[in-house]
Amino acid sequence: MNAPPQPAFATARAALRGGAREAAGVPMMVMGASFIGFGSMIRDLDWTVWNALASTLSTWALPGQIAMAEMAYSGAPLLAVVLAVTFINARLLPLVMSLLPHIRRPGVATWRYYGVAMLIAATSWVGTMRRLPDLDQDQRLHYLTGYGLTLYLSSPIATVIGFYVADQVPGSLTLALVFLNPLYFMLLFLFDLHKPAKVLALLFGAVLGPVLFQITPNWSLVITGLAGGSAAWALGRHAARKKPGQNNV
Amino acid sequence: MFEPTATSLYSPTLIITMAALATYASRALGTYFSGKVARQSALIEWVTCVTYALLAGLVARMILLPIGALSATPDWVRLSAAGAGLAVFIVTRKNVGLGVLAGSLAIIALVEWNGF
Repeated sequence: MNAPPQPAFATARAALRGGAREAAGVPMMVMGASFIGFGSMIRDLDWTVWNALASTLSTWALPGQIAMAEMAYSGAPLLAVVLAVTFINARLLPLVMSLLPHIRRPGVATWRYYGVAMLIAATSWVGTMRRLPDLDQDQRLHYLTGYGLTLYLSSPIATVIGFYVADQVPGSLTLALVFLNPLYFMLLFLFDLHKPAKVLALLFGAVLGPVLFQITPNWSLVITGLAGGSAAWALGRHAARKKPGQNNV
Repeated sequence: MFEPTATSLYSPTLIITMAALATYASRALGTYFSGKVARQSALIEWVTCVTYALLAGLVARMILLPIGALSATPDWVRLSAAGAGLAVFIVTRKNVGLGVLAGSLAIIALVEWNGF
């Protein structure tokens, strides 16, 4: 097992600050860069900076926002936009559903889970999932809130920056901004590779994703997740049965 | 990426609101279902595996078969930049920040030198 990057926190308040501190480095920079890209896109669309801000604050899930902007610009019907965004951001359902059980504990009002769900996106999921099991039960909601809120609040700033610098950055920098996200996730995935089911899921996903995309672009991600994830899960359980006492995910 | 003459047909506010509601629906449903199952359950382990596979598939697709601006770059540029990021990540004992920085600088350098 890899040691956690830092020891568990002394208090819940320290967990809130710790989450904020851990988010404030590379995760915030990568996420900021992608929202800079989104702000530039909205500028291209001839929408206002307020539209850009409203989208970032109300949706806060970049792939869906980008699809919305591209489709609106090309004149797609409203229904098609809504369906596309629903479908693209449906990946948030398994993210939220797999993360919140780590957070839940008795005596916490239900609405707080619905609130903190707004702070769960791919970046905060990958960043917090690997830390939550090391934290005390009563610190986890605070940690996630600190982590997620730091990213959430930095996003509108990046969106506005992107809106106003759109025409002033060279093309190669724009490409680097777009490339940042897959690169960042790739390295985060390689950070801890000690659970067999997780390693298999990453491996199957990385192979199936590009292959299926060429066959059925619209459905490739769903099929990749279901087929690759299910196979990894089944094989991981099989491995765990041989080595009892090891949690396989 | 955009056709310069096209204009959007709907009010931005309407489309942004609909997109936001469509997005939060997934978060709300995820929250609802997460309250119905125990953390150590096989179902949650399965959902976690599905999520990892889905995100890994998305990342691999974004690097190998990008859409948008990156699609104008040749495969070897993206693969070299990803390789540079990975190499620095390994050499620096899993420093994600330096890996991302190296990969980004690599793609800027390759694009500038080759003029895509």
